[in-house]
Amino acid sequence: MVPVFAVLAVVLGIAGLYVGFFVAPTDFQQGESYRIIFIHVPAAWMSMFIYMVMAFWAGVGLTFNTRLSSMMARALAPTGALMTFLALWTGALWGKPTWGTWWVWDARLTSELILLFLYIGYMSLAAAIDDVRRADKAAAVFALVGVVNVPIIYYSVQWWNTLHQGASVSLTRAPSMAQSMLLGMLLMALAFWMYSIAVSLMRVRAIIMERERASAWAQELA
Amino acid sequence: MNGGAWQAIRAVAWRDILVAMRGRADVLTTVIFFAIVVSLFPLGVGADPGILQTIGPGVVWVAALLASMLALGRLFAGDFEDGTLEQLVLAGEPLAMLVLAKVTAHWLATGLPLVILSPLLGVQFGLTGDALWVMMWSLAIGTPVLSLLGAIGAALTLGVRGAGALTALLVLPLYVPVLIFGAGAVSAAAQNMQISAHLSLLGAMMFTAVALAPWAIASAVRIALE
Amino acid sequence: MLEANAISCVRGSRRLFRRLSFRVDVGTALRIRGENGAGKTSLLRIVAGLSTADEGRIAWQGRALTEYGDDYPKQLVYLGHSNALKGHLSAEENIRLGLAVQGIEVGNDQARDALNAEGLAIAAGIPVQWLSAGQRRRVALTRLVFSSARALWILDEPFNSLDSAAIERLAARIAQYLVSGGIVVYTTHQDVALDASVHTLELE
Repeated sequence: MVPVFAVLAVVLGIAGLYVGFFVAPTDFQQGESYRIIFIHVPAAWMSMFIYMVMAFWAGVGLTFNTRLSSMMARALAPTGALMTFLALWTGALWGKPTWGTWWVWDARLTSELILLFLYIGYMSLAAAIDDVRRADKAAAVFALVGVVNVPIIYYSVQWWNTLHQGASVSLTRAPSMAQSMLLGMLLMALAFWMYSIAVSLMRVRAIIMERERASAWAQELA
Repeated sequence: MNGGAWQAIRAVAWRDILVAMRGRADVLTTVIFFAIVVSLFPLGVGADPGILQTIGPGVVWVAALLASMLALGRLFAGDFEDGTLEQLVLAGEPLAMLVLAKVTAHWLATGLPLVILSPLLGVQFGLTGDALWVMMWSLAIGTPVLSLLGAIGAALTLGVRGAGALTALLVLPLYVPVLIFGAGAVSAAAQNMQISAHLSLLGAMMFTAVALAPWAIASAVRIALE
Repeated sequence: MLEANAISCVRGSRRLFRRLSFRVDVGTALRIRGENGAGKTSLLRIVAGLSTADEGRIAWQGRALTEYGDDYPKQLVYLGHSNALKGHLSAEENIRLGLAVQGIEVGNDQARDALNAEGLAIAAGIPVQWLSAGQRRRVALTRLVFSSARALWILDEPFNSLDSAAIERLAARIAQYLVSGGIVVYTTHQDVALDASVHTLELE
């Protein structure tokens, strides 16, 4: 399964970048620099979506004590953190020509930054606990606490500062974008999806193998 | 809830309050830390009254947040080491209620002193009258939320190496909304603006935290003991 | 009656024990023996319901532990490796508040009498942190005086750091509790003779 998703990720990614950089028209306000949204927006979407999926698997693992779901949650975290970092980084790159500064304390950037901290917290907690079972469960509780808090954080930060431009893609405003821009963005989003699936599956496989080897070793000792 | 549960809850809270009263030095550390952090800011940013007045609410709130986080280390760690936490789990009463009792006692010993001291520190920043009252109120509503959220982090990191720094990493992001509305209320009061929205949102957070956090804390405690 | 059916326990990457079965009837004690790190404490914690076995099941009065909610802990006393005493509180306060958390109400006088009987009259009023290890252990064991109504005692190294007189008193207390229909599961590396029917379980 992994190679299929990996190939799809590469193909869709190339197609998305092609559409984004060569087909989509130049924005009349922001010029060429806006093209970074073809990475920025899908990464931001994925960063939030992966957190939800991760919390879902963590919750399943905690309630039903199923080890595979806990491993899924653990495997998703690094990809989620990467997406969050990518969204922040491209956001900063985009901010420089657009707002004239690398960083603004606007609602979305700030909540994205906090999301990155949550990912890092999740991974550090899981890494700090030696007992695998306990690590899975403790990290799962934290992921669930985070998922309750993410909307609260998001709305409080937004309330605190609403400087950002409105949503770039929403159902009502979609027609205001050129068709090719939308196509490019969707292609890139799909590519990111495929990438995330491929990498997470790979990581799950590695985790399973690592844990099996540990338990086989324990069996031999017993 | 039956009589046995209330008895257990009272015993848990009273024991922690007694321990906190006997070990006053621990409580004082938190308060002094709070006062020192707040007093460092004028030295760092200069004594311009205009600037101090602007940053005052935020500084006092951030310092309160750090002080309350610093105190988290003592919430469960002692009980974890001396076996009291095991007995709590084996009390046969709802663990969520027992940990809520513990957090309440912890807040009385560490959060309440911050609330009471805060006006004095606010005066250092040129805050007056209404703003000082609002600062006390916002801290009175907000610091229990900090204690409850912090307790989750403290319970999750029990027995883990580098627990202190890890707790900070876990709970500080969760503190953001409380900080925004708490400091926001004081700033608004200082500029004679409406504060009821801030305070009622803080209140809503407190009710949500009281309703949900004990369950998360209880499962974190169980996981730590397993 | 306490039954373990083919329980296994893995901690980290170590398998502590595997497919362990035993049965403890009313009026008898089970002594768990084994070297350090053999999993004695882990087994006691599983029996107490603090942690769960990786495989197998434990049954109390014929029902699996997982089917009980909070009413299983209400039937047992668990005395762990650590004493569960607060250093800042006196022996008397520790006993009264500790028992109140377990739902056992004890008056001032009762607590004091029990401490006197343990030979801890002088220690009753001073903070526990100033007592010796043996005295602290005896304060913790005083809880058992008020726990004869509980059907199961789980004791982790109860004889540790006790002097010979205290060991005798504790052995007598356990024997008396067993005669009155109790069940005891305990670990010890000291060979203390109990005047009761004791089975031994070896952990390798």
